[in-house]
Amino acid sequence: MSTHRLRFKLNGADRDLEVPADRLLIDLLREDCGATGTKLGCGIGVCGACSVLVDGELVSACLVPAVFVDATAIVTVEGLARDGALTPLQDSFIREGGFQCGICTPGQLIAATALLGEHPRPTRDEVRSWMMGNICRCTGYYGIERAIDRAAGAR
Amino acid sequence: MTFEYHEPRELGPALDLLARHGQDAHLIAGGTATVLLLRQGLLRPGHVIGLRRIESLGGIARTSDGGLRIGAMATHRAVERSPMARAYSPALTDAFASVATIRIRNQATVGGNLAHADPAQDPPPMLAAFGATVTARSSRGERTIPVADLAVDHFTTSLAGDEIITEVVLPPIVEGTRAAYLKFLPKTADDYATVSVAATLRLASDGTVAAASIFLGAVGPTPIRARRVEDALRGRARGDIGEAAALVGEEIDPVDDARGSSEYKRRMARVWTERTLAQLLR
Repeated sequence: MSTHRLRFKLNGADRDLEVPADRLLIDLLREDCGATGTKLGCGIGVCGACSVLVDGELVSACLVPAVFVDATAIVTVEGLARDGALTPLQDSFIREGGFQCGICTPGQLIAATALLGEHPRPTRDEVRSWMMGNICRCTGYYGIERAIDRAAGAR
Repeated sequence: MTFEYHEPRELGPALDLLARHGQDAHLIAGGTATVLLLRQGLLRPGHVIGLRRIESLGGIARTSDGGLRIGAMATHRAVERSPMARAYSPALTDAFASVATIRIRNQATVGGNLAHADPAQDPPPMLAAFGATVTARSSRGERTIPVADLAVDHFTTSLAGDEIITEVVLPPIVEGTRAAYLKFLPKTADDYATVSVAATLRLASDGTVAAASIFLGAVGPTPIRARRVEDALRGRARGDIGEAAALVGEEIDPVDDARGSSEYKRRMARVWTERTLAQLLR
C-alpha cells in the first residue's frame, strides 16, 4: 500500500498529513482530522449524511478517495458558523424546526448551503430537486424546506 | 484493499502504467463506481491509476463541424450545466441531469460512466442515439469506437485492458432532428431507471419520420437499440406510432429485479417508447 502526503484546507485551516492510498475522505475528516460533525450514514453515496464541500462542490465524503483532496479546500458543518455566530441558514433550521434526531442535519446544512450559493432565491422545485438526495429518516422534510425558504428570504 | 496509487499529470505516463501493469491495474476517474467496487472486494488491483490531474482529459467544447467534444474527465454536472452542451441538445443535458443526485453528478465523470458500462445508466443510450463515439488511447495508438458498440455485456466493454477513454465526440445534428430522453422512475427521483428511452427523430417536410435512432436503458445487458421500431417508424406520421412502439418488446431482454418484473418492464418499455415518440412528434 502506498502512502500519500496531502496538503489541503479544512474549514480555512491548513492541514498536512500522510494517508494510505485506500483512505476515504469521510475517514480523513473524522479519524485523521477529528472533525466528527460529518456523519457516516449509508456509506454508498445515497443518503447524504456525509455531504461536504470540496472546492465548493457538494459531494459524498464516503465516496471520495482522500488522495483526491490534495490541494483542495474542504468545508464541513464545523466551518459554517464564524466565531460562534450561526449562518442565517443554521439559525433558520433552529427557528423552523429543520431537524428532529439531528443525524442528517450536518449533511442537510451543507447541501442547503451549496444550494443557496448557486440559487440565492431557489424555487420550490429547485429546493426539492437539490435536497432530494439528503434523506431524513425522521421525515422532517417540511421543516427543512421552511428553513431553506426562511434563509433565502433573509438574504 | 491494498494497492499502490498513481496520479500522473500527463496521459503518456498513465498509458505506460496501464501497459506495464496490465490486469493488475485499474483506472479511477471520478470514483463513484470504483470506490464501491474496491470496498466490496469486487476489484482487487495492485495498482490504481488516478486520472484527475490529467488536464487534457477535461473540457467541453463545440467542434469545428458543429458537433460537441466532451473530455472524459468532465463531470456529469459539468455537462448538465454547460451552455455548449445545452446548445447542442437539451435532451443531452436532460440525460446527464437524470443521474442520481447532485453529489454523484459533481463527482462521476463521462468517461468513467461509459467505461463502467452499467446498463441502467442514463447517458449511454442518449449518447448512442446521437451517434456519439469515444476516442480510446493506448500506448499502441488511438481508435474510435461508437458508443453503441462500447458496452458488450453487463459492466463489460469492448475496450482493451490498456486503453483509456479520452473523450466523447458527438457529431453535428442534422437540421430538423428532434431528441428526447425519458426516464421512468416509479420509486424515488434518484433511482436507476426501470426503463429509459433515448431517441432522435428527423422529420421530412411532410411531417413524416425520415430517420429515427432509438436506444433503451435498463432493459438488457447493454443499452438496446430498437431497430424494429426505427424501421417501422419511417414514413409514419404523428398519431400513427403505437404499432411501431409495440415492437419494442421483441428487442429487449429485461430481468426481474427490485425495479419491476421482466414482464412489467416489457410493458413499460412500450408505454415509455410511445410517450417519447409522441413527445418528439408533438
